[in-house]
Amino acid sequence: MWNYTDKVLDHFHNPRNYGEIENADAVGEVGSMACGDALRLTLKIDKNTQTILDAKFQTFGCGSAIASSSAMTEMIKGMNLDEANKITNAEISKFLGGLPPEKMHCSVMGKEALEAAIANYRGITIEKDEEEGRLVCRCFGVTEDKIQKLALENNLHNVEDITNYTKAGGGCGACLQDIQDILDAVWHNKKEKAPAAEAPKPEAAKKLTMVQKVKLIEETLEKVIRPSLNQDGGDIELIDIDKNKIYVKLLGMCSHCPSSSFTIKSFVETKLKEFVSPDIEVLEEQAND
Amino acid sequence: MINKAIYVDNNATTPIAPEVYQEMIPYLTQYYGNPSSIHTFGGQLASKIDEARQRVANLLGALATEIVFTSCGTESDNAAILGILSSNPSKKHIITTKVEHPAILNLCQHLEKNGYDVTYLSVDRSGALNLDELQKSMRPDTAIVSVMYANNETGVIFPIEQIGRIVKSRGSMFHVDAVQAVGKIPIDLSKSSIDLLSLSGHKLHAPKGVGVLYIRRGTMIRPFIIGGHQERGRRAGTENIASICALGKAAELAHKNIADENNIVRKMRDRLEKGLLESIPYTFVNGDTVNRLPNTTNISFEYIEGESILLLLDQHGICASSGSACTSGSLQPSHVLRSMGVPFTAAHGSVRFSLSRYNDDSEIDKILEVMPAIISKLRAISPYTPKTK
Ligand SMILES: Cc1ncc(COP(=O)(O)O)c(C=O)c1O
Ligand code: FES
Repeated sequence: MWNYTDKVLDHFHNPRNYGEIENADAVGEVGSMACGDALRLTLKIDKNTQTILDAKFQTFGCGSAIASSSAMTEMIKGMNLDEANKITNAEISKFLGGLPPEKMHCSVMGKEALEAAIANYRGITIEKDEEEGRLVCRCFGVTEDKIQKLALENNLHNVEDITNYTKAGGGCGACLQDIQDILDAVWHNKKEKAPAAEAPKPEAAKKLTMVQKVKLIEETLEKVIRPSLNQDGGDIELIDIDKNKIYVKLLGMCSHCPSSSFTIKSFVETKLKEFVSPDIEVLEEQAND
Repeated sequence: MINKAIYVDNNATTPIAPEVYQEMIPYLTQYYGNPSSIHTFGGQLASKIDEARQRVANLLGALATEIVFTSCGTESDNAAILGILSSNPSKKHIITTKVEHPAILNLCQHLEKNGYDVTYLSVDRSGALNLDELQKSMRPDTAIVSVMYANNETGVIFPIEQIGRIVKSRGSMFHVDAVQAVGKIPIDLSKSSIDLLSLSGHKLHAPKGVGVLYIRRGTMIRPFIIGGHQERGRRAGTENIASICALGKAAELAHKNIADENNIVRKMRDRLEKGLLESIPYTFVNGDTVNRLPNTTNISFEYIEGESILLLLDQHGICASSGSACTSGSLQPSHVLRSMGVPFTAAHGSVRFSLSRYNDDSEIDKILEVMPAIISKLRAISPYTPKTK
C-alpha cells in the first residue's frame, strides 16, 4: 500500500477539472496505455492576456497520476502561459503534500502534459526523438536529455531516483548501466572536485583579489558548468562580473529551454557558490536573437 | 488499524482459522521447550511435531517421513532447486515456466548468472503450457524441471501429471510449487510423478512463516540450510513448533473442507465473475476458466488502471489485488499476464479476486453492488474510454 497524503487521496477521490474542453485552444498529450499512465490536457486560453481560463484533464493511471493531474489543473487555472510554463514537477508534488518517491514520475507526467499543451498553443511541435536526443530506455521511451534534465532539476544522483522520476530502468533493466553512465557524466565534476577543494575554499574565497576571483569563476565555468550544459546542446557565456553579481548568457539549446531560468539559478549558482564564493549571485542576460 | 474487511485476496494470504489459532496457543505459552532436549519438558514436543507431520502427509497422500518443515514457500522452492542442483553437479540445465512466482523466477535468473542454463517455457493466451515445447527442451543435462501447480495470479492449473510423465521418462527431477493449489484442489502424491513439492502455511489458513517441502522417498538432495540435525538433517534450525502444529491443524481442516472449496467457494466465485462480466462492459476474464482453481478470478477492466480500482474498492473495505504495474512493485504489469499476451492496457486494468471458505454471499453482493460505479467513475476520467453511447 502506498503512503499517500490526505491531499493526494482527496484529489484522487474528488478529482477537480476532469473531462475535456470542447474546441480547446491547446491540447497536450503524454504517456501511453502501454506505459501504464497517460494524460490528456485541454486548455482554454485568453488570446489577449495569454491567461489560462480553464483546464481539464483525462488520465489513465494510478491514484497518484490522477491526483497529480487534478492538482496541476488547479494550479494553472488563472495563470498566464509564462507562469504556467515555469511550474516544475516538484511544485506539483509539493502542492499535494508530497508523493511517494516511486511515484514521482506521476508529477513529471503532469509537468510534461502542461509543457506539451503550451507548446501546442504556441505552434511548436516537439519531435520526440530528434529534439530530445538519444533514446536510452526503450521500455518507457525515455531519452538522455530527459534524464539529464530531471537529474539536474531535482538533484537526482542514483539510478533508482531516475527510475522513480522517469520509469527508465524499471522494465527489462537493459538501460540501467547507461543511466548510471549518464549520471556519472552529469555529476562527475562535483564528485571529483568538491571534496578536495571543500575545506579551504570559503576562507580562500574571501581573500581573493578581483583578478583571482575572475580567474576562478572562468575556471569553474569551463571545467564544471560548461561540460554539463554541452551535454544538453547548450553553452554559457560570461558577460560581466560586478563584485558578487555574475552576469551570464545561455546559448544554444539552453536559451530556449523552458527550464533555463531554473538551470541557471540552481545549477550555475550552486556550482559557483561552491567553487568560488558563497556570496555569489547569478543573473541571466536575455539572449537577444 | 482496519479490522472489518471484505477479504477477497486469499491468494496473497489467508486468515488464520480459529481452530488453528487455538492449536498454537499452548506452544506460545506453557510449552516453550526445545524438542531436541533430553528432558521430558522439551522432548515431549517432538511427538507434537510428528503429529503435525502426519496431518500434512495425510492431506497430500504422502508418508510422514517425506514431509520437511521449512520457514515458508519461498524457502521450500529454494531448497528444492538448490538441493537438487548441488547433488547433481554435472547437470547444468533447468526448465521452468515464464509464469512462476518470483521465488522460482528470480532464483533461476540468479542461477543463470552462475553458469546454469535455464529454459523458461511459454504459455498461450489462456495461460496453458505447450507440452511439445517441454519435450523439445528436455536435455540429458536437465537436472530439474520446476513447474507450478496452479498460478497465483490467474488460478490456471497446469497438467502436472502429464508434465511429470515427460520429465520422469527423461530422467530429470520434478519439482512442483503447489503453494496455491494445496487445500484448494485434491492432491494425491502416492500416485504421482512429483519428486518435490512446496507448500506454504499462510495460504491455507495457518500463519505466515511456515512451509513444507515434500521430498519423495529415495530422492537424492542436499540440505539447503546446514546446521543441526533437525528434520533428519534435511533442514537445520530449532523447529518453529507453534507454527508447525498450526500448519498440521490447517492441513487437517483443509482435508476436511476440500469439498466445500470446490462447491461453496466455487459457486461464490462463479457468481461474482458472472455478475461483473454482465454488469460492466469492456471486461473479460484472464486465463483458462476450466482448468482453474475454484477460488480465483482475474478480470481485466479495459481503459483504466488497476491501482485506482483497488483504491476505490479499499474505501468500501474490499481487499483485492491487481496485476497493474503500480501495484506489482515494478513499473511493468504482471509478468504472468504479459507472458499470456494479454494486451498491456488490459493487464494494467486487471483485478484478482481470490476467495476462501470464510467469505459469504453477502460479501459477493456488496462487491457486485459497488464495482459498476467504481469502474464508471474511473472510465469517466480516462482518455481511452470509447465515446460511444
Ligand atoms: C505460487 C507461489 N509460490 C511461492 C510463494 C511464496 O510463499 P511464501 O510467501 O510462503 O514464501 C507464493 C506466495 O505468494 C506463491 O503464490
Ligand atoms: S530499456 Fe529501460 S527498462 Fe528496458
